[in-house]
Amino acid sequence: MLSDLYIPGASALHRMRPAWKLALLFLYCTALFVVSHSLMLGLGLLLIALGYGIAGLRPRHAFDAVRPALYVLVIIFAAQLWLEDLAMAAFVTLRLIALLMAAALVTYTTKASEFTDGILALLSRAPKWLPKDKIALAISLVWRFIPMIRDQFEEVREAQRARGIERSLLALVAPLVVRVLKSADEIAEAIEARSLD
Amino acid sequence: MIFDRVCVTKGSRRILSEISLSLTEKRIGVIGENGSGKSTFLRLFNGLQKPTSGTIRAEGWGDDLRRHVGFVFQNPDNQIVYPMVEEDLAFGLKSRKLSKAEIQTRIDEVLETLSIAHLRARLTHQLSGGEKQMVALAGVLVTRPDLIVFDEPTTLLDLPNKLRFMDMLAALPQPAVMVSHDLELLMGFDRILHIEGGTVFADGTPSEVIPAYRDRCLARAKG
Repeated sequence: MLSDLYIPGASALHRMRPAWKLALLFLYCTALFVVSHSLMLGLGLLLIALGYGIAGLRPRHAFDAVRPALYVLVIIFAAQLWLEDLAMAAFVTLRLIALLMAAALVTYTTKASEFTDGILALLSRAPKWLPKDKIALAISLVWRFIPMIRDQFEEVREAQRARGIERSLLALVAPLVVRVLKSADEIAEAIEARSLD
Repeated sequence: MIFDRVCVTKGSRRILSEISLSLTEKRIGVIGENGSGKSTFLRLFNGLQKPTSGTIRAEGWGDDLRRHVGFVFQNPDNQIVYPMVEEDLAFGLKSRKLSKAEIQTRIDEVLETLSIAHLRARLTHQLSGGEKQMVALAGVLVTRPDLIVFDEPTTLLDLPNKLRFMDMLAALPQPAVMVSHDLELLMGFDRILHIEGGTVFADGTPSEVIPAYRDRCLARAKG
């Protein structure tokens, strides 16, 4: 989950090359989907718990990774319960939770600049006309933007509450979009000012 | 730096008209009301804004102003690009094609100079306003600019952080140009430019320009 940020540390997972982490994540997700068996899922969840332990992360971090998707998980669980049975609903939901936690483990232990370097390495053989640096920077900016947008969302929500507007989506979204677009302009200008490319 | 008959127009609107200046002082303040053109003026220094006509030059710098001029923005949140302090400081250096060892040395040096070495591994969005402003400044200083321009850098700072910023500014070896509404801060500068209506309305020492500007603002406020 990209909403989860890097958590500084010096564990083996923090030190592992981003490309390896991404490859392991890909293998992990593929294995969970290809081998649809509860034993495999149990092993997957165990591995994730081990990964969080190695990285020095707490259960709270694992929960933070899943929390933004809670509503979706509840809907999927209910749909599976209705269409299949309790065992299938639990299996599908737990598998999704394992995937979310695995993806978060990668972002928790990888710096944005390491991702940038990794993306640049992946693009090293791409055609020359492709703006590799810009692509890598744009992707790494996601790490910077998400907490910023989250803070701005909270500020707008607080301001609307202070005005007595509790449940208006428009009152929340309109000022947020304006602020985000303004910030985007200013960040673009700052990037231009700070780099020579 | 020399501005020679510099004009900036946007569409049919003239933002700056015929600005000619020779800037040699170490601390230059820029004041003016909102919409007077002072931010556009500041953006001319490092090429964020190109003049529509006229020239800007500095001896020995060639055409590449950006390599020589650092820019500190009003809101550090919009200046900090990477989520971790150390990564952000490295950002401006990577485009200068420096070696990893050189980048590391410069980062260590600037963190030490600004006494913010403890922030090295911190996430930028978790810093206080004052810490963010210091990190934004460090991101500029690490590129070792010959001149630094500041766009209202103390607007979002509380008093202790503003005082820290003033101490840091006094210790900077580079010349600095600063747009600010903080007239008290600018009283210690060498030269003040009052921009109004896109032109340099007044140019002189703080004691010559600032009281007159204050009186003018008061007169306008009272209608």
